[in-house]
Amino acid sequence: MDISGYKGVMVFAEQRRGAVQNVAYELLGAGRAIADALDEPLIALLAGSELGEEAARELAAYGADLVVIVDHPSLARYLTEPYAKAVMAAVERYKPGIVFFGATTIGRDLAPRVSARAATGLTADCTALAVDDASRNLLMTRPAFGGNIMATIVCPEHRPQMSTVRPGVMRKLERDASRPLRVERVEPAFDGSDAAVEILEEVVEKAQKKKIEEASVLVAGGRGMGGPENFKRLDGLADALGGLVAASRAVVDAGWVPQDRQVGQTGKTVRPDLYLACGISGMIQHIAGMEDSGFIVAVNKNKDAPIFEYADLGVVTDVNKFVPALEEELRAARAGA
Amino acid sequence: MNIVVCIKQVPDTTEVRIDPATGTLIRDGIPSIMNPDDKAGLEAALALKDALGAKVTALSMGPPQAELALREALAMGADEAVLLSDRAFGGADTWATSSTLAAALKKIPHELIVCGRQAIDGDTAQVGPQIAEHLCLPHVSYVSELAVAGGYAELKRVFEDGYQRLRVKLPCLITALKGMNQPRYMSVGGVYEAYRKEIAVWGLAELGLDPERIGLKGSPTRVKSSYAKGSKSAGKVYELDPKEGARLVVEQLKEKFII
Repeated sequence: MDISGYKGVMVFAEQRRGAVQNVAYELLGAGRAIADALDEPLIALLAGSELGEEAARELAAYGADLVVIVDHPSLARYLTEPYAKAVMAAVERYKPGIVFFGATTIGRDLAPRVSARAATGLTADCTALAVDDASRNLLMTRPAFGGNIMATIVCPEHRPQMSTVRPGVMRKLERDASRPLRVERVEPAFDGSDAAVEILEEVVEKAQKKKIEEASVLVAGGRGMGGPENFKRLDGLADALGGLVAASRAVVDAGWVPQDRQVGQTGKTVRPDLYLACGISGMIQHIAGMEDSGFIVAVNKNKDAPIFEYADLGVVTDVNKFVPALEEELRAARAGA
Repeated sequence: MNIVVCIKQVPDTTEVRIDPATGTLIRDGIPSIMNPDDKAGLEAALALKDALGAKVTALSMGPPQAELALREALAMGADEAVLLSDRAFGGADTWATSSTLAAALKKIPHELIVCGRQAIDGDTAQVGPQIAEHLCLPHVSYVSELAVAGGYAELKRVFEDGYQRLRVKLPCLITALKGMNQPRYMSVGGVYEAYRKEIAVWGLAELGLDPERIGLKGSPTRVKSSYAKGSKSAGKVYELDPKEGARLVVEQLKEKFII
C-alpha cells in the first residue's frame, strides 16, 4: 500500500459512561512524544453519545492538538461494531500514520476488529514506544512468552501502525488548561448492520473503587500469606501506608481477592512509588507486572525466592508476624512525627 | 447446529525458563498444552452439544505436532478435527493467521465459532476478532457465560468494571475466557475413538489462498528484535526477626521520603 499519505498520531480516547479513562491521557502523553519526534499532529478520537465539551477540553489540556468527535446514540454504550465504524471513519478521514488504543477489555476488542478492516498490523499490550530514527517507523515493544522475553515489533509497509498499550505504563503530561482546543466532527452513517448485537443488561460493579494501576503505594500479597484471613491483614497495612492492596495470580485464582487486584502478565501492570511484596515468590509473570515500580520491598520467609532478585530491599522473615509489626511501626512513626 | 472451535497448541509458559548464560528461552522439555482459554471454549461448545445437539469441529493451525491438541479435543468429545499445516503458513502474525483460519472456516459449515480470548504464548487476543472481521460476522469477546436458543446466542461479556448481557443473532463468533467452566477430562472411550478418527490436514493448496497474504510474507508486522528481560541489580536482603525487619523497612522508607 502507499503509505506516504499517512501522517499524525491518533489516540482512541476511551470513555465509559461519559468519563474519559485515565489510559487515554497516558496515551496522549506517549503520543505527544512520538508526534513531536515525527513533527506531526496528535489527534484524540472521542466516540460516544451526548458527549460534553468538558471531555474534549481535557483531552486538549493533556496534549491533543485536535479532538475528533464522533457523537451518535449508537455509541451510548460500548459495542464492537458501531465503535469500529466510528474509528474507521476517523482513520479514513485523517489517515493517521499511527493509532493507539488502551489495552483494556474495550481496546483489545476494538483494535483487532479495526486493524483487520484496515488491513494493517496491530501490536498488542505494548510497554514501550519509540520512533526509529532512520526509517521513522514506530518501534513497538511488548512482552511475550508470559513475560519471559521482550519483542520489538515494526509495521513497515502498512498504515496506520496500530498498537494497544498497557494502562499504567505511559506517563500523562502535566495538565495545561491554556492549550488551545480544536474540535472537528466525523459523522459516519450508522444503519441496521451495526445492530447484530443487542444489550439486554449492563451492570457496573466497581466504578467507584480506586484502581491499583493508579495507586502510588501498593501492598501486594501472595500465597505465602497462608490464607484469606491472614491476607485481610494487608488492608490495615495498606491503610497505614495510604495505599491499596494488590495480589499475585495464585491468590486471585484461590479466590482470596477479586481479579481486579491482580498484578502481572495476565493482570495489571503497575508502577507505584512503593511496591511492598508480602509472601510473593516472584514468578516471572508477576515480575512482568511490577518490576518498574519505584522502590520494591520484598518480604518472604524463603531466602531463595526469586522476588529478592528484583527487590531494592529484601527481608527474610515470617511475613505474618512482619505485617502487624510494620503496621505498628508505621503508626508509631507517624504519631512521633 | 454446527460449532467450530479454534484451538492453539502452546508451550506451557509457566514452565518456560531463561538460560542465564545466553539470555534465550529454554524450550527443550517444555510441555505443549491446549491453550487454556481455547479449552474453556471447547468445553462451552461441548456443553451446547450435550444440551441441544450439535456437531463440534476443532480447527487448529500449526506445525504437524499440533495434531496432538486436536486429538485431545476429539477425546474430549469433538466430532471432527481439521489441522491447517503448511510451511507457507509459518511466521504468520495475527493478521495472516486470522486470514488463513478464516479461509478454512469458509469451507466448514458453522453457525457458531468459538475461539479462546488469547493464547498464553502471545497474549494478543487479536485472532478471534480478526477472523470475525474477515468473515463479516459479529463477534463478542471476553465471554464468561454462553447459552443458545432460537437462533440467538445469549452471553455475558466481562469488562474491568462490570459486565453486559448480550443477545447476538447467529452466526457469530465469540472469544471465551478460561474460568467460564471446568473443562471435562478426556474419557477412555474418547481417547480410543480419537485415535481412530482421521484428522484432515489442509495446506495452501486446499485453502486456495494468495501466497502473498499468508505466513511471514503476508504479515504486516515484523519482529525487529527480541531480548530476554534482564533483572535490575538486586538490592540487599536481610534475615531478621519480624520486628527488626519492620523497623528496617520504616527506616528505609523514611530515607527515600516515601513516608
